[in-house]
Amino acid sequence: MTMILEDITPVKKILGVQNLITRFYTFDGIVNALSGVSFHLNQGETLGVVGESGSGKSVTMMSLLHLLPVPPARIEGGQAMYYGERDPVDLLKLNKSCISRIRGNHIGFIFQDALSALNPVMTVGNQIGETLIEHLGMSKAAARKRSIELLEYVGIPEPKKRAVSYPHEFSGGMRQRAMIALAIACEPTIIIADEPTTALDVTVQAQIIELVQRLKKEMDMSVIWITHDLGVVAGIADRVMVMYAGHVVETATVDDLFYQPSHPYTIKLLEALPKLGESVHNRLESIEGTPPDLLVRPSHCQFVWRCSLNQKQCWLGVPDNQQISPHHQAACFLDMAKEGV
Amino acid sequence: MTTAPLVRVRNLKKHFPIRKGLIFNRKVGAVKAVDGISFDIRKGETLGVVGESGCGKSTTGRAILHLERPTAGQVIIDGKELTKMTQKEIRKIRPEMQMIFQDSYASFNPRHSIGNIIAEPMQIHTDMDGTKRRARVMELLELVGLNSSHYTRFPHEFSGGQRQRINIARALSLNPKFVVCDEPISALDVSIQAQVINLFEDLQKELGLTYMFIAHDLSMVQYLSDRVAVMYLGKIVELTTRDRLFSCPLHPYTQSLLSAIPIPDPIEERKRKRILLNDEVPSPANPPAGCVFNTRCPIAGPECVAPPEARELYEDHVVVCHKADKKGGSLIPDPE
Repeated sequence: MTMILEDITPVKKILGVQNLITRFYTFDGIVNALSGVSFHLNQGETLGVVGESGSGKSVTMMSLLHLLPVPPARIEGGQAMYYGERDPVDLLKLNKSCISRIRGNHIGFIFQDALSALNPVMTVGNQIGETLIEHLGMSKAAARKRSIELLEYVGIPEPKKRAVSYPHEFSGGMRQRAMIALAIACEPTIIIADEPTTALDVTVQAQIIELVQRLKKEMDMSVIWITHDLGVVAGIADRVMVMYAGHVVETATVDDLFYQPSHPYTIKLLEALPKLGESVHNRLESIEGTPPDLLVRPSHCQFVWRCSLNQKQCWLGVPDNQQISPHHQAACFLDMAKEGV
Repeated sequence: MTTAPLVRVRNLKKHFPIRKGLIFNRKVGAVKAVDGISFDIRKGETLGVVGESGCGKSTTGRAILHLERPTAGQVIIDGKELTKMTQKEIRKIRPEMQMIFQDSYASFNPRHSIGNIIAEPMQIHTDMDGTKRRARVMELLELVGLNSSHYTRFPHEFSGGQRQRINIARALSLNPKFVVCDEPISALDVSIQAQVINLFEDLQKELGLTYMFIAHDLSMVQYLSDRVAVMYLGKIVELTTRDRLFSCPLHPYTQSLLSAIPIPDPIEERKRKRILLNDEVPSPANPPAGCVFNTRCPIAGPECVAPPEARELYEDHVVVCHKADKKGGSLIPDPE
């Protein structure tokens, strides 16, 4: 099911983000939420984004779609080229009406907490219908019909009845399905899923993952899947990007990331996971310390305090991306060409 | 490993009444959060309790410690039958049993310093004087990997992982024998989880603690537990040793639960076949008749409308299912 990303057909880039910088201006000081994030998304692939809380996963995606409240947030640099239209556009430079056209028609967003993302005083059917009327210019009757179809499509039983219920009448998994229906209503080219299964039970999580995988295939979408669960990433992603304290520390195909991780943080993170089905009881490798304070503007590698391999140069500057193989990059001063860091 | 049980739970029930009406406030039903469960926890072992949200795993923990009075059943901890004791008598033996909560922030008084928070149980239950208490707090801070400079700080100054350590220090302040850990690591990041899990393990070895470890993260439960109980809708559906549970689960719910956990290994993930369950967990206020799993069970048959008995199919392997048999392996037929 998962494609190996060998260049048999030329891959088309659909989103390219360069050096994105987002800061929050708060009373406590300036929070350096993103300090130069670069990545790209290819047509038809699933990009997994992993990192701990506060590493900037959600902020990255919300910056692209102008979903952060300004102030306190401010996007201070970078560009985000979207290639899904006839001419490439820089998402960061778009005005309000242009970005709202992109948001529904081209990029759909699935939030973690469906209950607070949906309008509590509007029926689910109307919420989907509103999107259809706004973005696709459908008539009211057509929108109603289509929203019922969409609910059925995402696997909600009795869609006609459920279309007139309110979000609080849905269970957690159903609510997430309704939100997915909303996100795919205008058949976007990209779906950004921001921890869509974190609040759900594992058996329901498996259902939702299955659903998104199916939709992706049937509608030919590209997916960005934000999660902190490395297990989920292993199952769904083609490529993975690991974030730490506002930086992308490693980008690789899913196999490279799990079997040949390069960045010390990724290596430690994988070692910190207990292995299911392992009968020998090995002590867990833990990463000592905590993530850095983002109020301090980074002047060196952000992982350096917790890194067991740190050297003098790690304290002197922020490391650049190192190309390890065509699809594998890591931001570290250590020589990655050497095996077994 | 046949040591005497420290905790003995028999037919434990905890029902929460559903009331309706303002004036008459009649009872119209009950949420059967825990509905007749029995198990033992042996001295020095860790019993993992897993299940999805709403299956009653936290309520079980709270009912055993009598933070909530059980509706029915019997709880015996270290020879003392809690269910027959008065609130006052239970308070006297509280030091022996402690609880660590999931939300480390909500379980502290935000206006108390860490020193006060950890010393408070000693103030109530022992006759230590201030200097002795202070010395003990320092000792505990050291034990959980914090240092004495944290004594005067306040809960909001700590990160989630550190707060969980403080929580552990407080629970250990009275030298308990039995600790109920209610999802102590679910709110933490992966790299911090490992730190706290290692701490739990070290403390158990050092102090000979008995844990009941409640979690929904099966991989952590597998890592830490000696035996595991799987709960579904207020009932235990399977109870066995860690190795048996993960290598040959017998109950169809356990099998689907295990198949749904994502494994951080791409090649494994591609090979796996998921057993997808339909629907979601029914409401515990109105559980299905007979076997509680029969609405979602892929192999439910006509016999499943009757409540199944707990059967010990192997030594130390109890399963509550009509269909499970000694063969083991997957009960659920291949979808293809």
